[in-house]
This record gives sequence, C-alpha cells and structure tokens, in this order.
Amino acid sequence: MNIYLPIAEMSVDVFLILGLGGAVGFLSGLFGVGGGFLMTPLLIFIGIPPAVSVATEANQIVAASVSGALAHMRRKNVDFKMGLVLTAGGFVGSGVGVLIFTLLRQVGQVDLLIASSYVVMLAAIGSLMLFESSRTILRRQAGTATRGKLHQHMWLHGLPFKMRFRRSRLYISAILPLGIGFIVGILAAIMGVGGGFIMVPAMIYLLGMPTAIVVGTSLFQIIFVTSSVTFLQATTNQTVDIVLALLLLTGAVVGAQFGTKVGTRLRGEQLRGLLAILVLVVCGKIAYDLVSTPIDLFSISEITGFVR
Amino acid sequence: MKKFCGSLTILILTFCLIKEQAASEEIKDQNNLIHSPLVADLSEDLIAITTRFTGTEVLLFGATNGIGDVIVVVRAPSSQVTVRQKGRVGGVWINKEGVIFNNVPGFYHLASSRSIDKLLPPTVLKKEQIGAENLSVVSATKADGLDISTYKKALIRNKKRSGLYNSQPGKITFLSNRLFKTSVDFPSSVPIGKYSAIVYLVHNGKIIDRTTTPLQVQKTGFEAKVYEFANNQPSYYGIVAVVIALFAGWLASVMFRNV
Repeated sequence: MNIYLPIAEMSVDVFLILGLGGAVGFLSGLFGVGGGFLMTPLLIFIGIPPAVSVATEANQIVAASVSGALAHMRRKNVDFKMGLVLTAGGFVGSGVGVLIFTLLRQVGQVDLLIASSYVVMLAAIGSLMLFESSRTILRRQAGTATRGKLHQHMWLHGLPFKMRFRRSRLYISAILPLGIGFIVGILAAIMGVGGGFIMVPAMIYLLGMPTAIVVGTSLFQIIFVTSSVTFLQATTNQTVDIVLALLLLTGAVVGAQFGTKVGTRLRGEQLRGLLAILVLVVCGKIAYDLVSTPIDLFSISEITGFVR
Repeated sequence: MKKFCGSLTILILTFCLIKEQAASEEIKDQNNLIHSPLVADLSEDLIAITTRFTGTEVLLFGATNGIGDVIVVVRAPSSQVTVRQKGRVGGVWINKEGVIFNNVPGFYHLASSRSIDKLLPPTVLKKEQIGAENLSVVSATKADGLDISTYKKALIRNKKRSGLYNSQPGKITFLSNRLFKTSVDFPSSVPIGKYSAIVYLVHNGKIIDRTTTPLQVQKTGFEAKVYEFANNQPSYYGIVAVVIALFAGWLASVMFRNV
C-alpha cells in the first residue's frame, strides 16, 4: 500500500516505513539511543531527500525519546538537573547546527556534510566503545575485575561554575555538560539524530555519571533538543514531513517499548559492545558510498523558493 | 475486448469533439474561412495528487484531416536547476563546479508518430523546443572554462533517469488514418503546476497546425493542506509537529505501561 508524502513529494510503501520505524525503534529502546543514526541513512537510502530525512527524523525522535524517557522516569533513572543543563547547551547548539545546515544547503554541500559527519562521528564513537566494552568483557572473564573509584577525576572536572548533581553523585563544573549539550545539539541538527550515541559515552567517560542513569537522562534531554531541531528545521527549511514522521513514530514507539524491556536483561558492557558493532557497520556503509564511483558524475537540484 | 472498448471510447469522444468543433467553427468561419485540420484533447484536465497518488496515465486523443504526422509535447512550468559535477578529492566524491540553468521544465514528455528528425528540420525543432535535447535551457552562470553542453546533457540525463523527461517516438497510434491517440505517464514525483499539452500536425517538414490544451497538476485534500500549512505558516507547523510527536510518545508509553 502506497502513500504520498506531502513534503518529500514522493510515494512510499506504508509497510516499509512502518517496518523501518519498528526495527529502529526496537534498537533505540534496547540501547537507549534515539535510533536516528540508523534511521536517517536508511531514509536517504530508500530515496527520501537528505534534507527531508534529517528534519523529519528529528521530529520522529521526539516521540521515541518521550516514551523511552517516561519508561526510565518510572524507574527513577533520570537526573533532571543534569538533563536540563545539557538541554540548555543543546538549544544553543541546535540553533547553530540548523544555521550551518541551511548555509551548506544553499551551496550544494549538505549531502557531503551529512555523510562526512556520520563517518567521522560513527567511526570515532564506534571504535572507542568497542575497545572499552571488549576490555571490560575480557577483564571479567580473566576474573581480575577490581572495584575502582566511582569515577575518574580529570582536569575537566576542575573548571569553574561548579554544580552539584545529587542523582549522579557528581560535583562538577556546569561548563562540561553545557559544552557536551552544545556539541550534541549541533550534531542533532546536521545529522538528524538525537545524539544519544555521543551523549551516552560522553556522560560515562567525560562526566563520570553512573551507567544506570545515563540512558534515562540522555533520552530526557534528547526530547528537548530534537523538539528544538524540528521547530527550527520546519521554520527555516520547511523540510519536516509530518506524514512520514507519523508513520515512522508509529512503528518506532511500539518497537522501543519492546527494546527497553529486552535491554534491562542484558549487561551494560554487552550492550555497549553490540551498539559499537552496529555503529561501525553503518559507518562503513556510508564511507563506502562516499568513495565508490557514483552512477552519474553529475547531480541536479531544483532551486526552490523555500530556501530563505 | 478491453482494447476495443478503449478504441471505441476514443472514437466516440473524438466524434463529439469534431462535432463541437464544427459548431464553434461555424461562428469562427465568418471571419476565418480556413478549416482547422487538427483537433485534440486530454482524457483529464486535472491531475489531483492525493494521499494514494502513485503516478497516473493521461490519454491524449484527436483527429487530423488525414495527411501528415503528429507530435505531442507535454511540459510542466519551468524553474531554475543547478547541475553539479562530482569530482574526486582525496578519494571522496564531492560536488564541485555547479551550473545554474534557467527555463528548465519540471516535466517534459514527447511522443510522435515517427522519429522527429524525419519530420522537421533541426532549426524548427530548436525553435519550437521539440525534444528534450532541443529545450532552450540557458545557463545563468558565466561559463569560465566549463563545457556547458556537458552540463546540459547531464541535466537531461538525470531528468530522464528520474522519469520526469521522456521521449517516445512512435508512441502515437493512428486508429484510422484520421484518429490518433497516445498516453502520457506521470510518475509520483511529478511537479505541481499548470502544464500544457501541445499537439503539432506536421507535413513535408513544416508545421501545418497546432493546438494547446492546458493540464493542471495539483495537490488536493489532505496533501494540499499539509503542504500549504508547512510553507505558509512554518513556525506553527513546527510547533504542531513537535506537539504531535510528544503526544504520540506519551500515548505509546501509557499504552505499553502494563505490557
């Protein structure tokens, strides 16, 4: 059954979109990420214009992260104070991101921007996580796991404007979460992602938050940042396809519920290891598309009135 | 059987058309005694893009006075298009030089009873913009060392690949030596706007007669409302999009609470 998407201006198979939403939603619930880093490339792959994919996916992640965050809130796995500080940085970052996106769209380099951001971010995060989780798993098997400090103290934690985050049991500079929120906000706008796959490791390794509350807090702030991106993209580029977003989120919210339940039965390092592999596979595919010879060395793009 | 019925419909339609034409001719004939040798019409004058739209086919039919060939051109309104060449930089393919073309129709369909090169001389084809290659798309960019014709070819090639440009010599079928018909395929990505279907009657390398029929392609109903809302009130649209997503997420969470 086909449906015509009013903003993407093309006809798509309803069940394909619902299926994509469901599968990616399941993974997002499982790993506590928005799932955007998988969904946006998949949408582009099935022929949705990149600009529409990115903006619409941000809209879809709003829904996925709300239902995910609510599930974590019931288990009291959200640090609201930390979430709000991250969000504050994220708002500014998403504004900057949409601005960069709009400028590069006008000079015809937005596809390259999206693809190369994906390759760089996914390669870095994926290999870091894979390395860390396999080390943990190996150490556990060797039986030499020692209980270390709650978290490592770095020079980063010594910056001014110190703030106490009770739920995370942290007393660190507010500049740190603000900065992370800002950078993730930029990426959210450019890549059409919630940024969970960057936020989660950053919270664990840079902030030193306890793993249990990382996912819930990440989802909590993703709600606000992707809402901001959706609004800004709709206003600046008119690329949010509400029909596509509704189809995706219908599949995704259902999938996410099951993912969250499965996720609670898996170990943290196993989860991170699996996520790392997934991240690297997506990264490899996008990198391949960047270097392989395209079918046509020329591309065309309509100059429409809506790029203001 | 189906084909026969189709032909019969066209026959009847064409007959009505000729009759109607004859009626209006009577008035026209008072100051213009030349009888028009060509009549044509489309099976629809509106293509409505609705939720279930997956592309459509429109029938074009007509009658001639028995001599000559027929060429049909259907084109969408024009716009500006950028054509970019990809180049390899450090192993990665990136967009390099771009050329902007004006007057590029969003859709272009050509059908003819025979190959157009055999029907009209190149100068006429060029002047009338018959055939995608003869479109007078002009580059708005100053050509500094760039081969514009390569870019123009790439433009047409890309449009053809996406099904928006096509030329089908021989796709016009004559049902008798006077009645003809052809079908025009519109893909789901067809741009909206006021189209025109131009039918040429050609004989001995000359255009004897021509007739233009308008065709409207527009989004209707829900599709049109969403599109207009997104483009006319983008801020409100953005807020609505966010609210819907927030609500959907909450709804799912409530629904699955006890699963």
